[in-house]
Amino acid sequence: MLEIRNLHARIAEDGTEIIRGLNLTVKAGEVAAIMGPNGSGKSTLSYILSGREDYEVTEGDILYNGESILELDPSERAAKGIFLAFQYPVEIPGVATMQFLKVALNEQRKYRGEDELSTPDFIRRVKEAAAKLQINPDMLKRPLNVGFSGGEKKRAEILQMALLEPKLCVLDETDSGLDIDALKIVSDGVNALRSPDRAVIVITHYQRLLEYIVPDSVHVLYKGQIIKSGDKSLALDLEANGYADIIDAAA
Amino acid sequence: MNMQTAITMTAAETALIDAYTAQIGELPGEGAVLSARDTLLANLRQQGLPTRRVESWHYTDLRALLRAVPAFDPTAFAEKVDPLVPGSSVLSVLNGKADTKNLPAGINVRSYAESLIDGVAAADLIERDQDDAIGRINGSFVRDGFEIEVPEGTELEQPVEFQLVQSAGQSHSRFPVTFGANSKATIIERHLSVSDAASLVTVVSDLILDEGAEITWIILQQQGASDSHLAQVNFDLGTNAKLRLFVINAGGKLVRQEVHGVTTGEGADFKLRGINLLGAETHTDVTFTLGHDVPNTTSTEILRNVLFDRAKGVFQGQIRVAPDAQKTDAKMACNTLLLSDDADFSAKPELEIFADDVQCGHGATVIDINPTHLYYLRARGIPENKARAMLVNAFVDEIVEELEDEGLIETLETIIAAWLEKHA
Repeated sequence: MLEIRNLHARIAEDGTEIIRGLNLTVKAGEVAAIMGPNGSGKSTLSYILSGREDYEVTEGDILYNGESILELDPSERAAKGIFLAFQYPVEIPGVATMQFLKVALNEQRKYRGEDELSTPDFIRRVKEAAAKLQINPDMLKRPLNVGFSGGEKKRAEILQMALLEPKLCVLDETDSGLDIDALKIVSDGVNALRSPDRAVIVITHYQRLLEYIVPDSVHVLYKGQIIKSGDKSLALDLEANGYADIIDAAA
Repeated sequence: MNMQTAITMTAAETALIDAYTAQIGELPGEGAVLSARDTLLANLRQQGLPTRRVESWHYTDLRALLRAVPAFDPTAFAEKVDPLVPGSSVLSVLNGKADTKNLPAGINVRSYAESLIDGVAAADLIERDQDDAIGRINGSFVRDGFEIEVPEGTELEQPVEFQLVQSAGQSHSRFPVTFGANSKATIIERHLSVSDAASLVTVVSDLILDEGAEITWIILQQQGASDSHLAQVNFDLGTNAKLRLFVINAGGKLVRQEVHGVTTGEGADFKLRGINLLGAETHTDVTFTLGHDVPNTTSTEILRNVLFDRAKGVFQGQIRVAPDAQKTDAKMACNTLLLSDDADFSAKPELEIFADDVQCGHGATVIDINPTHLYYLRARGIPENKARAMLVNAFVDEIVEELEDEGLIETLETIIAAWLEKHA
């Protein structure tokens, strides 16, 4: 589903190279975890996948279902099924959450040549998805993410993901700022979306999240490259021994 | 006097003076009304239109900007349209002529032409000060409008809509409105253009709010892209009176909306909420002055401006606090979203505070669309142009939401969204 080939990317503004020859393949149905120390390029990778224009790809390619997405803008990538759950969801005053959800859903459907949802159908879907994530309906009446607690923001991200039904989900440190109860709710939400035709990339610092969202593969990102890949036991090794040994071995 | 008018008159000045000579026989009123008109016109002839050297017109050089004045067009045709809010009492002024059929019950209404004819209007036809070009032009030419009295204790369930529909030529209208003690009402002052022909529209509304009156007054200006619109609202707030004034400018080529008020009773509260949607070559000026003349009165002013293309916008806000007006609380904010390198906006706050125990503040911001907000919306599949429109909408929608009337909010949101769709 996703194939990243020898990717090099830098910050557009100052030219700092962050991703330095990254290779990664994620198959449909797979849950891949990406771990790595601070500053290794994890969040940058998620932004690049989403098409954020603050970064420039200088070499290599990103293939999604066999086609390069480098020329697609963020909204096209989203409509094709790539979803990034943000580490820091953005507060947008004045944009009502429900209106945002409806526009996003219908714009994606329009792009794919599908009919727009009727308002009752839309409301029913939101209510069902919100209930599963234990989201208070009052929250949806507020402007997007404004005044939401850290946990509410993360749940709102998963709600968006559930409604938009993407094919490739990228979760950027979805566990940060969550207490145990919220972590469980969010993980259940993600697990409910696991399916043979959907891939999930979980970016995290900690093994803890991977106890709830059990990965098929684990990849260590360091200085903009994947330096080691393995199965879920790799995450346990990292938890026990830290990154030092792997970094030394790769050097 | 002739010595002082040695400067050459502009085409617009000449047109106004010639129009007066041509029109005077047809304008309603004689005696004191006629002599008041003559005085105003003589002052206009002597002083000319204000230039940037006149401080209150510094950012809107009317003499330079008002290039031409369309002639009165007695053949122009305009029809009443459906009210903004279904069920409203509509008082229409079609090309400057009040339609006096089906006047609403429950309030005292008569056409302003009647006031001009019986001479009551003579007292209104004065200038606020020597720079009051709008009062001068409007007072010289005023032909009609409506005079209203909302009786004490009356609560109007449905809005009253002053509907000014213009198709061509000039119109000069006036709306003196007295709100009796403890009355409640929503008034919509709506300016529409139904043709592409250039028009000159002037309007002066004089509001008196007696003790405890609570009034929402909404000005929705949607004139044509070549129209000139010169408007003035004057208000006087009595004890515990509350006035919320919403000004929405979404049309016109040259627009000046003045708002001048005084609080004359303790406990009075004034709110100004303005939305300026400015595109193409428009020049739109909102000039506001408020005198907190007695103790314990409050006011807040919030303007949200959105500029595209080569639009120019101006906000001048002056708050005066009289020496004994202790415990005045006044806050003014002017926020501008500048979406074109060729657009510009000038904001001039002025605070004149002569009391020592007051809270007064003002702030002005100029911003662009927040790129992180834009990216977030796009990352959810919303195309860039749509995402931009949503964010611009959000910027002004916070003001509209304050109206708290679902039907009205939805109507105004639709108008704003349509405007943005056309200009973004």
